[in-house]
Amino acid sequence: MKTLRQALLATCVVIALPAAAVAQDAEVLHWWTSGGESAAVKVFADAYTGAGGNWIDTAIAGGQNARNAGVNRIVGGNPPTVMQFNTGEQFSELVANGLLRDVDSVAKANNWSDVLPKAVVDAATRDGSFYAVPVNIHGQNWLFTNNDVLQKSGVEAPQSFAELIAAAPKIKEAGFTPLAHGGQNWQDHVLFDAVVLETGGPDLFLKIYRDKDTDAAESDEFRQAAETYGKLRALTDEGSPGRSWNETTNLVLTGKAAAQLMGDWAKGEFIAAGLTPGKEYGCTIMPGGYMMGGDVFVFPKVDDEAAKAAQDKMAELMLSPEVQVAFNMKKGSVPVRLDVDVSAMDQCAQAGMKALQDPAKQVASHNFYSPDLVGTTRDVITQYWSAPEMGTDEFVENFVSAMEAAY
Amino acid sequence: MTTIATTEEPTAPARRRRRMPLAAAIALVPAAIIVAVVYVGCMIWTVRLSFTSSRLLPNLDFVGFSQYERLLSNTRFLTSVENIVLFGVLFIAACLVFGFLMAVFIDQRIRGEALFRTIFLYPYSMSFIVTGLVWQWVLNPTLGVEDTLHKLGLTFIDVDWAVNRDTVVYALVLAAVWHGAGLVMAILLAGLRGVDADLWKAARVDGIPTWRVYTSIVLPLLGPMIVTAVVLLAISVARLYDLVVAMTGGGPGIASDVPAKFVMDHLFERSNIGLATSAATMMLITVAIVLAPWVYARYVRPQVPR
Repeated sequence: MKTLRQALLATCVVIALPAAAVAQDAEVLHWWTSGGESAAVKVFADAYTGAGGNWIDTAIAGGQNARNAGVNRIVGGNPPTVMQFNTGEQFSELVANGLLRDVDSVAKANNWSDVLPKAVVDAATRDGSFYAVPVNIHGQNWLFTNNDVLQKSGVEAPQSFAELIAAAPKIKEAGFTPLAHGGQNWQDHVLFDAVVLETGGPDLFLKIYRDKDTDAAESDEFRQAAETYGKLRALTDEGSPGRSWNETTNLVLTGKAAAQLMGDWAKGEFIAAGLTPGKEYGCTIMPGGYMMGGDVFVFPKVDDEAAKAAQDKMAELMLSPEVQVAFNMKKGSVPVRLDVDVSAMDQCAQAGMKALQDPAKQVASHNFYSPDLVGTTRDVITQYWSAPEMGTDEFVENFVSAMEAAY
Repeated sequence: MTTIATTEEPTAPARRRRRMPLAAAIALVPAAIIVAVVYVGCMIWTVRLSFTSSRLLPNLDFVGFSQYERLLSNTRFLTSVENIVLFGVLFIAACLVFGFLMAVFIDQRIRGEALFRTIFLYPYSMSFIVTGLVWQWVLNPTLGVEDTLHKLGLTFIDVDWAVNRDTVVYALVLAAVWHGAGLVMAILLAGLRGVDADLWKAARVDGIPTWRVYTSIVLPLLGPMIVTAVVLLAISVARLYDLVVAMTGGGPGIASDVPAKFVMDHLFERSNIGLATSAATMMLITVAIVLAPWVYARYVRPQVPR
């Protein structure tokens, strides 16, 4: 009996000790599973472990799968400590239902509102409180070009869609595809948004997606954007429909196509192929602004004080300047902080960082707005792209009714 | 399962009157609970949600038929319904024809029968994802058959079915028939082997041509097998999703969209549970309408005293 009591006592001590000393367990749910991505997330894990915490990695392949699993666990009352989302509207409903914890104390102490671009602050806050930690910015209107192909075709690197369309005949004549495009609906959408931004600037773009202003969709500028977009169809190759973005990037980096419009995650493909920006390939931000997307981490409500402390520590670490630079160099994106030294990063990242300094150029991508609106307009855009016989008028008409149907 | 039910049919009414032994009843309880909670429960939950404005998270308000109104004015949903009907009819018909022909071919007691049987049935062992990817590559104009033919100088032949809006559904049918015809062959071959050899002898004595024996005598005998095959094929039509995702992603545009993909996209990516569940309910209703005559014939009618 006595030995049993001693054993119990000893167990209690053993359990209590580490709880008091260390063991800020943080379970982090994310979907970064590819080579470059997991190398990037390891930066966070190492930083957290280095700060005395215990990183529990829950990686689920595929953003959609990971978000479903995470949302189900949050609703079911067994949330992960930290969870990834895309910057934008994805987690708004969780905030509205009181399922997330704000990290205002950390944000105030570290002055987040001043060091982050305004669009990112808006995306991470709800009613003035920080509910998410933005960790990176992916530009989504980059034109990647193959310098060798451009040279052989005798054209300069296009700085706008108008220039690309003008250069297309020469590129075709030289035997290359002017624009490598993967005809999947989201890629059609990314390309369309870039054209809208070039034609109408941030103003038109925001009126469409943020304000759901149907007059803007009926404006001449929008029609003009639709026409330019339609002209781009002739610049692609016939293998385009259904092709994934990375296969498409491959056409550019192997010298079969001149250019691709894609987010800067495509840079990872060029880096993996051992190419240097500015030398073998070029990267240009298309005119009109810098279309920003990215990733955030949110903090589900927890009761446990230790878990709350773990969340605060994680929030602080993820946005610390050193971790930001190290993480984003691996990820291919640019840091969300405007005050970090990016001289170690490549030419494209520095150009992206420069674009970010100008608030007038910061445009939050469509992910920041209603997912339903993005979905309904995407269906119309992808139909228009694949159906040349649909004229601009019919397209605008369908686009307006898609805007009206969406919440 | 249909075949078993058919052979037991004469004894069915007698068995229905008998009481189920206690042990059997107890053994069935878990299955009954699972059916009630998981299948029926989820169906009711889905139908209920289709009358709400649920977005990312389910809520239980009531918005009437507004989700259905939106659904039925949605071009993409209507296209997906057209596609699934076209696909379903062509797929089931083609699988039956090719499956039957292959079964007859093998039934000729040819040499290397086991080899051919394996080859014909092999595609069925692959998942729809693999099937879709393989056919995507085969039909890709810059990688696959078309590219090969063009390099051989046959530039007048275009095999761009999977990237052409007007033919993409036929490309899906092609891939699905390649995948499913072997199963029909296996089922019908079993049936052919079960045909009494005396029938063949009698037909030969009467001098009836072989094709006539197949169409007028053997095919009717295969009735239950064909029903089984059709049921299995119909199930794969209703749940058609992975093949489309792997092969075309619903494109070009929305040209090869199917209802299951519509539901999945809206349920998750677009945070629109209300619209997704109303589309799912429409699928349920359609399946119920298709199944109703069969259920009536099999379970309701036999109870009527003659």
